[in-house]
Amino acid sequence: MIYFFQQALNAAQLGSVYALIALGYTMVYGVLSMINFAHGDLFMVGAFLCFVGVVVLNLSFIPVLLMAMAGVTMLGVATERVAYRPLRNAPKASAIITSLGVGIFLEHFTLGLSPYPKYIPPLLPSFSFNAWGVSVSTFQLATISISFILMLALYLVVNKTRVGLAMRAISADRGIVPLMGVPVDRIIALTFALGSGLGGAAGVMYAMAYPVIDPYIGIIIGWKAFISAVIGGIGNIRGAVLGAYILGTVEIMTAAFLPSTYRDLVAFSLLLILLIFRPHGLLGRVESQKV
Amino acid sequence: MRKIMEFMRPAGALGKYLSVKAVVAAGFMLALAISRFNLLDNYLQLILMLIGINLILTLSLNLVNGYMGEFSVGHAGFMAAGAYVSSILSVKVLASYSPLWVFPCAVLAGGMAAGVVGLAVAVPSFKTRGDYLAIVTLAFSMIVKSVIENIDAVGGPRGFLGMDKLTTLPWVFFWTIATVWIIRNFIYSRFGRGVLSVREDEIAADLTGVNTRNVKMLAFVVSSFFAGIAGGLYAHLIQYISPGVFDIVKSTEMLVMVYLGGVGSIAGSIIGAATYTILLEALRPLGIWRMAVMPLLLILLMIFRPKGIMGYREARCLSPSFGRGAGKEK
Amino acid sequence: MKIKNIPIALMIFFVLAGCGKFKNDTVRIGVIAEITGAIPAVGASCKNGAQMAAKEINDAGGIMVDGVIKKIELFIEDSASKPEQAATVTQKLITYSKVIAIVGPNSSSNALPAAEIAEKAGMVLMTPWSTDPKTTIDAKSGQPKKFVFRACFTDTFEGKVLGGFARKELKANKVAILYDVASDVLKIQAEIFRKSFEENGGTIVAFETYTKGDKDFSAQFTKIKSAKPDLIFLPSYYTDVPLQVQQARRLGIKVPFLGSDAWSSEDLVRMCGSDCEGSYLLNHYSPGTTNPVTQKFIAQYRAQFGGATPDDVAALAYDALGVLAKAIALAGKLDRSAVRDALSQVPSYPGVTGVIKYSAGSGDPVKGAVILRIKNGGFAWFADAQP
Repeated sequence: MIYFFQQALNAAQLGSVYALIALGYTMVYGVLSMINFAHGDLFMVGAFLCFVGVVVLNLSFIPVLLMAMAGVTMLGVATERVAYRPLRNAPKASAIITSLGVGIFLEHFTLGLSPYPKYIPPLLPSFSFNAWGVSVSTFQLATISISFILMLALYLVVNKTRVGLAMRAISADRGIVPLMGVPVDRIIALTFALGSGLGGAAGVMYAMAYPVIDPYIGIIIGWKAFISAVIGGIGNIRGAVLGAYILGTVEIMTAAFLPSTYRDLVAFSLLLILLIFRPHGLLGRVESQKV
Repeated sequence: MRKIMEFMRPAGALGKYLSVKAVVAAGFMLALAISRFNLLDNYLQLILMLIGINLILTLSLNLVNGYMGEFSVGHAGFMAAGAYVSSILSVKVLASYSPLWVFPCAVLAGGMAAGVVGLAVAVPSFKTRGDYLAIVTLAFSMIVKSVIENIDAVGGPRGFLGMDKLTTLPWVFFWTIATVWIIRNFIYSRFGRGVLSVREDEIAADLTGVNTRNVKMLAFVVSSFFAGIAGGLYAHLIQYISPGVFDIVKSTEMLVMVYLGGVGSIAGSIIGAATYTILLEALRPLGIWRMAVMPLLLILLMIFRPKGIMGYREARCLSPSFGRGAGKEK
Repeated sequence: MKIKNIPIALMIFFVLAGCGKFKNDTVRIGVIAEITGAIPAVGASCKNGAQMAAKEINDAGGIMVDGVIKKIELFIEDSASKPEQAATVTQKLITYSKVIAIVGPNSSSNALPAAEIAEKAGMVLMTPWSTDPKTTIDAKSGQPKKFVFRACFTDTFEGKVLGGFARKELKANKVAILYDVASDVLKIQAEIFRKSFEENGGTIVAFETYTKGDKDFSAQFTKIKSAKPDLIFLPSYYTDVPLQVQQARRLGIKVPFLGSDAWSSEDLVRMCGSDCEGSYLLNHYSPGTTNPVTQKFIAQYRAQFGGATPDDVAALAYDALGVLAKAIALAGKLDRSAVRDALSQVPSYPGVTGVIKYSAGSGDPVKGAVILRIKNGGFAWFADAQP
């Protein structure tokens, strides 16, 4: 039983990281109907900014977190402005290829600047305490609580502010919103900013928990987060969070009871089965197609 | 390019057909000569063969992504199936037989195995479309990769070794021409029209009597078959394969080649594959920055020519109206 | 239109560029190192060791080949610690750079495919650091390869030494093992260790796996913790060890760790911090040794590379190039088969990692190992292990 709770805690930690990134994917998809494949690499940049903050600038935890979030936010907005906006009206596939290109560029640019994996000294006092036999580490607590706070903040922004209302409107029907006087470009930029900021925070959490980073960590984590967003129904914010925790749990539980090489196999098979029965994800909207 | 093709065309439709055949035959002779007498540097031959393999991959992916308008992201999974099946055959099962006919059999078997996987992928495509289908194809590709990783008998994640270097320039040339020929004829056949109609408007196509299920199945199977062929050729060229080779990065590369050249155009796929492979080699002096410059060029191209280099246009020699002076393919 | 002309232009340029042939007045040796990627310290050490050896030989004149003294020219390629890239650069070195022999790759996952390709092409390949027994054995026939050699001992020896050490010196009764199932060499090390440890009377209480790229080992260590071992055998590469040991410590595991030669870079201690203190590892040589040949090498390396102490990869690469150069000189001509034959004719080569001698038909030298202990943030000699 204790073993189970220990693994559940691990799953919560992994799920939180996925959730922060999945939110970015789902928000961008909601407003632009575009999958931003570079998002995972924004997360990776966040981890590297964390490295810069800790090792080069010797900052402590909160300033590093804010710095990474700010940096990735700016990068995300810049990407949108430079690479995606010109393709707003081009075939969707072109935008996706562009995002793939941006991702590859970020990976190899970072690789060029830092060819060796980097090590980040612990940001928080690293100790763990025993709660009824379950080992809880400070990193796990920090990751889960900060993710929760950020997600709550996002929820408030999206549901309780006018800007959030505009975002939801664009998600629902992009064509008509500009006619209502909403500055679409700015709202889209803001969406990117929010999504990227969360991704940057995820990068810092990840770097804290797994302090050896290299430019390729974004690829697989990015795809896993993307899958989380799809499981929950892409475009749906609550779905992204739900999907992320489900995927995190599946992964950890698989590794807990089967050799770790089965992890991807089980995760993807479940995904496939889910999509066969619910082709639009768990909370996704069924869209009708017009002839 | 167009001027060169015009110059080569003698008068009349039949004359054009003959000259294409002559070019192909001459090309094959050239490939044989280069390979036999080492007319070109060994390394250049390696590059040419890689171009050929990439060409087959790009053409096969273009069938599903370009002509059928789907978004398939898991093409590396088909390549993996072909690579592994052909390698197991040539190293373990048929090892004691003469490589002269073992190689084509192994490669063909690889293609067929990939075709079976393609059939499996086609089934979910009946109900899902768009981005969700992308996920399905991705999931399939990762499942193939995971399954291989868990089969210890083929080396699992450590990879599979022992292939002889059976891939030669004439073989690659042969398979590339076969791919172009078959896919081109498929596109301009009745099934091909069905494929295009699925891209334009699937529901309307269904209502007008196109058997969309059969069309999708055939398209996926043909596409994955050729990806499997490419996989078999690749395995016997590099002489080492592992699940890590056929990951999401490989699928991404294939996507880039298709969209670079222009979807919905065979000539576009040829240009995309060739450009990508050559550019990658030519940028090698940049060292580590090679893969940072490459995507920048890609992004610039996408911004200024979002439909790729050729867009939807087709080369005159490949479309059936060539020689009759009828309207160009759009 | 213009964009379409670019690939054609490039093609022509490329063909023309490739037409130039290499001049024949140097001894061309290829080096495949993991310069970028997961284990860059290994790649850097290999490059440094090989370059130092080549420079030394060139400064002393060069190698006498075909009656003429020629200098060594190194062609260094990056395998990025990816087996498929190792395979591609091996093909490139064979077909494009036309080298007489190849030094490297180091990590066995990269060395295995490179060795297969070299063997089939009749190219001499000497791996400094790959301990996987399969590197010198042909995958299809099971016979020893003819063209592949190594400068170090094999895992058959290493696993046996470690198993015996854990039981007899560290007096462990129950050992848990965590290894990388995606790496042939680490898997073999785990298996041979298990066999040796059980033969010596111990019990293996956990045999867990992870795969390349994994960062989270909490599931595996939770399982290991509940099995209550006295010691954990952890054959992992130096970039994975810090994550693993730290996660284990955070889960409350207090027992010491035993590592293999995959730990060998001192970067490990810097990244792992106090969590690794007191752990043991096996290595190919000890920087604290009193052997004068080795001391000279260490001093020279420090002088040339900014005070860094050479690790075993650097020492082995240095030896690998030295032995190759000797063989080329003995063969007297730039012929791969002749060099291959000459390698088994080189009398005991006094390498900095020990004496290297190849018996006819085998690419594996018989060498000893050392056990090191992590103390005060560095490696300290603990014990010797001779075959």
